[in-house]
Amino acid sequence: MTFDVARIRADFPILGREVNGHPLAYLDSGATSQKPVQVLDAVRAHNERHNANVSRSVHTLGTEATTAYEGARAKVAAFINAGTPDEIVFTKNSTEAINLVAYSLGQHLKLGPGDEIVISEMEHHSNIVPWQLLCERTGATLRWFGITDEGRLDESALDELVNERTRVVALVQVSNVLGTINDVSRIAARARQVGALVLLDSSQAVPHLPVDVRELGVDFIAFTGHKMLAPTGIGVLWGRFELLAKMPPFLGGGSMIETVTMGGTTYAAPPARFEAGTPPIAEAVGLGAAVDYLTALGMAEVHQHEQDITAYALKALADVPGVRVVGPLTPEGRGGTVSFAVDGVHPHDVGQILDAQGVQVRVGHHCAKPTCVRFGVPALTRASFYLYTTTEEVDALVRGLDQVRKVFG
Amino acid sequence: MMLDALYQEIILDHYKHPHGRGLRDPFDGEAHHVNPTCGDEITVRVVSDFSDISYDGLGCSISQASASVLHELIVGKDAAEIAQIHEAFVELMQGRGQVSPDEEVLGDAVAFAGVAKFPARVKCALLPWMAFKDAAARAGVDVGVSPEVKA
Repeated sequence: MTFDVARIRADFPILGREVNGHPLAYLDSGATSQKPVQVLDAVRAHNERHNANVSRSVHTLGTEATTAYEGARAKVAAFINAGTPDEIVFTKNSTEAINLVAYSLGQHLKLGPGDEIVISEMEHHSNIVPWQLLCERTGATLRWFGITDEGRLDESALDELVNERTRVVALVQVSNVLGTINDVSRIAARARQVGALVLLDSSQAVPHLPVDVRELGVDFIAFTGHKMLAPTGIGVLWGRFELLAKMPPFLGGGSMIETVTMGGTTYAAPPARFEAGTPPIAEAVGLGAAVDYLTALGMAEVHQHEQDITAYALKALADVPGVRVVGPLTPEGRGGTVSFAVDGVHPHDVGQILDAQGVQVRVGHHCAKPTCVRFGVPALTRASFYLYTTTEEVDALVRGLDQVRKVFG
Repeated sequence: MMLDALYQEIILDHYKHPHGRGLRDPFDGEAHHVNPTCGDEITVRVVSDFSDISYDGLGCSISQASASVLHELIVGKDAAEIAQIHEAFVELMQGRGQVSPDEEVLGDAVAFAGVAKFPARVKCALLPWMAFKDAAARAGVDVGVSPEVKA
């Protein structure tokens, strides 16, 4: 079966609208994806027919809501080939998932001076700041991988960087700026050798390519629903169950307890231990529907489509005068996120002029300032693609860049 | 069409040929402001008698042109005149495009009237003006109370 983009686009009502008198060209899926009717309908149906709180009611609606919520957990588990749905912790987003690990794993490992945590220069701020906070709290030392000129992780100092003092390695699986897909197998193997645990920020990976947590050989991954066709407000932490089982709670409250007395509390087993309070129930149901949608299309097919669009875009952008792509210049080992600088024009101005043509791109530092600094730019313009992106939208981007040159020429 | 309102010739001209750019000594007050959402940065230095205002920054055409216009309008004026200009500019920027600027007071800054129609860009235009106000305060000069920025 061929990948039928026109048919897919028919599922996304928003893609039919106009922006500033032009057909919408939505090239900002790296920030958040659009949602198909299948997801929107699932959320609406849940709220219209099955709304109740989860995990605490004997009544019919409560049972239906719980079944739907836990059903979503099982779908997500199957989607990333987790060992059991109990390894899936629902959070509000990737940021919360990473903070959860930094806090609870940091406690469990009893980190202190002399311990080291390794990240990279390629991280989103959400995979930098929680580790900086952890180091501030514990006295542990933060270290990081650099980036090569080609936009790849610089593994040349791997054995020195990941050593017997390393306790946690936290890396981005797909860069939200450079588009680089990091093959972390060497790093994960080295981490295992020295007894360090590995977390991947898979926010830009799980929505776009097949991810199998058992093949990855890591201990935790974090990702978020809204970048993979689901609503905002639902994120996922996957962790190896025996690790989750050893970790203390992150937030305290309802649903995460075993028993509570005024003298003290014992905690529920994972994942409930890490889901204090009423969770985002309808959002989880939406994520389940998103997983169904992606599974039906096939993640290998989604990835292939994005590879084709990326190859087309890289070629088209190479021909635009004054445009310099930052990150890998060929589609191999990269995803559908293409960031670039335009000579003499600030990304804000690029984004504004593109918006006037209906082209929606992200501009700024993309919550990855160290990555921008590494390439000597304060900010970049970023086009990011998804399963509904067409070559016509890339053409609209290129036409928009011609307009940028006219205004600022 | 909308774009023409934003990218007035005057603004593009100030962006490409900024007036008074570059940090200079001596100065009495300095402030560094950033726009954390976009990473734009500006440093403004003020001599307390306003015989010079110098600045340097990184940012889009709107923020950089705004700094150039600020320099042009304010150098050599007294604190009372500056307070009037500052207030008029902030009012224009926060007017959602409904305020008619007074060219007598605002000079080239009237070109920013169109920016007020782009809420995402109002902060860019105000960045140098807020840094200037801080730098003036640090130089011991009050250039008036302007309303809180709600961009």
